[in-house]
Amino acid sequence: MAIETRERPRVSDEPQREPQLGAHLVLQALVREGVEVIFGYPGGAILPVYDALPYYPIHHVLVRHEQSAAFAADGYARATGKVGVCMATSGPGATNLVTGIANAMMDSIPIVAITGQVSQSVIGMDAFQETDITGITLPITKYNMVIRSVDEIGPAIQKAFYLARTGRPGPVLIDIPKDVQLAKGYLAPRQELHLPGYRPTIVPHRRQIRRAAELIRQAKRPLILAGHGIIISGATEELVRFAERTQIPVGLTLLGISGFPASHPLCLGMVGMHGHAHANRAIHEADLIIGIGMRFDDRVTGRPSEFAPNAKIIHIDIDPAEIGKVLKTEVPVVGDAREALRLLLEELEPLEHDDWISQIRSWYRPIRTEPSGPDGVLQPQYVIARLHALTEGKAIVTTDVGQHQMWTAQLYRCDIPKQWISSGGLGAMGFGVPSAMGAAIGRPEAEVWAVVGDGGVQMTLNEFATIVDEQLNVKVAIINNGYLGMVRQWQQLFHNRNYSETPISSPDYVLLGQAYRMPACRVTRPGEVDEAIQWARSFRGPALIEFVVNQEENVYPMIPSGGSFRDMIDDTQVEGEW
Amino acid sequence: MTVRSHTLVVLVEDKPGVMNRIVSLFRQRGFNIDSIAVGHSETPGLSRITLVAQGDDRKIEQLVKQLYKILEVIKISDVTDENPIQRELALIKVTATERNRSDIIRLVTDVYQARIVDATPDSLVIEVTGPPEKVDSLITMVRSYGIKEIARSGVIAMARGARVVAPTAQPVVA
Repeated sequence: MAIETRERPRVSDEPQREPQLGAHLVLQALVREGVEVIFGYPGGAILPVYDALPYYPIHHVLVRHEQSAAFAADGYARATGKVGVCMATSGPGATNLVTGIANAMMDSIPIVAITGQVSQSVIGMDAFQETDITGITLPITKYNMVIRSVDEIGPAIQKAFYLARTGRPGPVLIDIPKDVQLAKGYLAPRQELHLPGYRPTIVPHRRQIRRAAELIRQAKRPLILAGHGIIISGATEELVRFAERTQIPVGLTLLGISGFPASHPLCLGMVGMHGHAHANRAIHEADLIIGIGMRFDDRVTGRPSEFAPNAKIIHIDIDPAEIGKVLKTEVPVVGDAREALRLLLEELEPLEHDDWISQIRSWYRPIRTEPSGPDGVLQPQYVIARLHALTEGKAIVTTDVGQHQMWTAQLYRCDIPKQWISSGGLGAMGFGVPSAMGAAIGRPEAEVWAVVGDGGVQMTLNEFATIVDEQLNVKVAIINNGYLGMVRQWQQLFHNRNYSETPISSPDYVLLGQAYRMPACRVTRPGEVDEAIQWARSFRGPALIEFVVNQEENVYPMIPSGGSFRDMIDDTQVEGEW
Repeated sequence: MTVRSHTLVVLVEDKPGVMNRIVSLFRQRGFNIDSIAVGHSETPGLSRITLVAQGDDRKIEQLVKQLYKILEVIKISDVTDENPIQRELALIKVTATERNRSDIIRLVTDVYQARIVDATPDSLVIEVTGPPEKVDSLITMVRSYGIKEIARSGVIAMARGARVVAPTAQPVVA
């Protein structure tokens, strides 16, 4: 490749002798921040940066739609813990990033989005491909900015990465007008940032920790609800020690999955709307809830007034605005989850809750995973259960949004932090395939499975081209039930089976795979499931399996939106061992 | 909890887009602003915003926490319960005739210690400064003469005594 023959400019903090184009300074600043990968799509207003790109040790992944660039940067960030970077041109390039940025905002994912902008001389003139992207993304970014002069490039990019990854992480957008990319200047050395309005509390207040410890000591039926903050702060080890020492069972939010090992005897699995019945019942019966790195989302609480009606609340979160937002909180603890758990471990002696734990276990019923339904058709839950068994629970799993997402959350039992990648707060269909792409780029050694539905996959299946271009080790498992299944389930349960616009057709996925030069197969019978999964695992690189499953299977248990534990619908559970 | 009017003093970095972020936050999270007034503070580079918003204590606490998440917000102080000095400036243009002009002038200057700052054969412009209730009261009193136009500055507030709202305390954000 031509790249290798070109001389790479040095990137260092030494003063530069000659002024350089802003576009080069942008890339130098990115390299200085440790950026190795950019997911992007070129266009007019970002062309100078693309012109300079081949000179830098950055792997650019050419996506097929900017939304996927943002989703891929998100998946990359979740799989690696590093800041993901996406890049697009002005106007439509920038607006196409919006859903991905909103997704990162809702799920506290550190990404930096770089957009080209029309030259400052025509900003405000409705120029070709001009859009006020900082205005548009104001409420869906942690911070955003326009770089107005070449001197600001270094400090702005340094600030963007710092803000994205510190405190409660989130997306930061940098809009760079074309004239700034084309102006000549110098890269300012990295310096201490002056951010008087931004001082995240990392170490919690000791007095709050003592108050929390006192409530924990007094509790008879305590329960930990662990969220995404455990994974972000790398607190899994501390959480395991804390749960073991205090013998408090752990329920996980959707994004908390993989933050506490599913195979741990104290793990109750997912809570909330489609959480395990025993886990939700434990919330209902608990006398103390310890929320750690989670935000009592409505998909967790249902109707807040009936959530954990007998419990006091300890809420540990790095974002003080989350504490008291939904529930009255007895002990607020502002700080990093890992720091908080460390301090709690210092305060607390071993505790026992044998009766409580055995009570919860007595409520346990496994989610059913029979291979086929009454009419012999393949059951989707069986597919997930087999995928978990055959990958030994070690794959990185991304999902789209809907029924398959919930079955995977219930049945792909994750033991390794960062192996679970799913769109939580925003619930963005189309996330599964591009996020798998990002994860596979960030973790090339890993086996990545994108479990997607036939609805969501059709939103971003253009990225099969990217996956094939990059020869990523992404295996796409399409759970095809011919419906927008979760919406259909709601229509069945709450809209009198009026299946308005939820039946959805699909292309021939095997032919489509062939068209993209992606090995593909179709599974329609339970007996073929293992063979297909083993086939996809037998080689490195992309693969696609379409699982044609029971069309009207529902996700259970289910607590209807705005309901409480008492409203739980749960007619599929079977007898089984803990 | 009871809904009441809260007066917040907010110190922000004087940078482009900050007001946009604050106003956008109110819109996005469904808070209503009764009044907002902005100007320079005693510290160069810092602007002082006085916000008046309705809400119960919990809602206002949530508003303050969300405001703190705006990077340029340095300090927020809820001065509602401190009996702060509150002042507003209003310009009121009223219809005035040969017959009632002197009545208006007497009312405005004697009762409200306000000033007439412009006069034409058929109108007067009143300048009044004071707590918002005083401004409301004057407006009520002159309404019968016929109000052509009102411009109000919004409330500014300052704590009594030695206490100051200064950017010294450690804000917490995420």
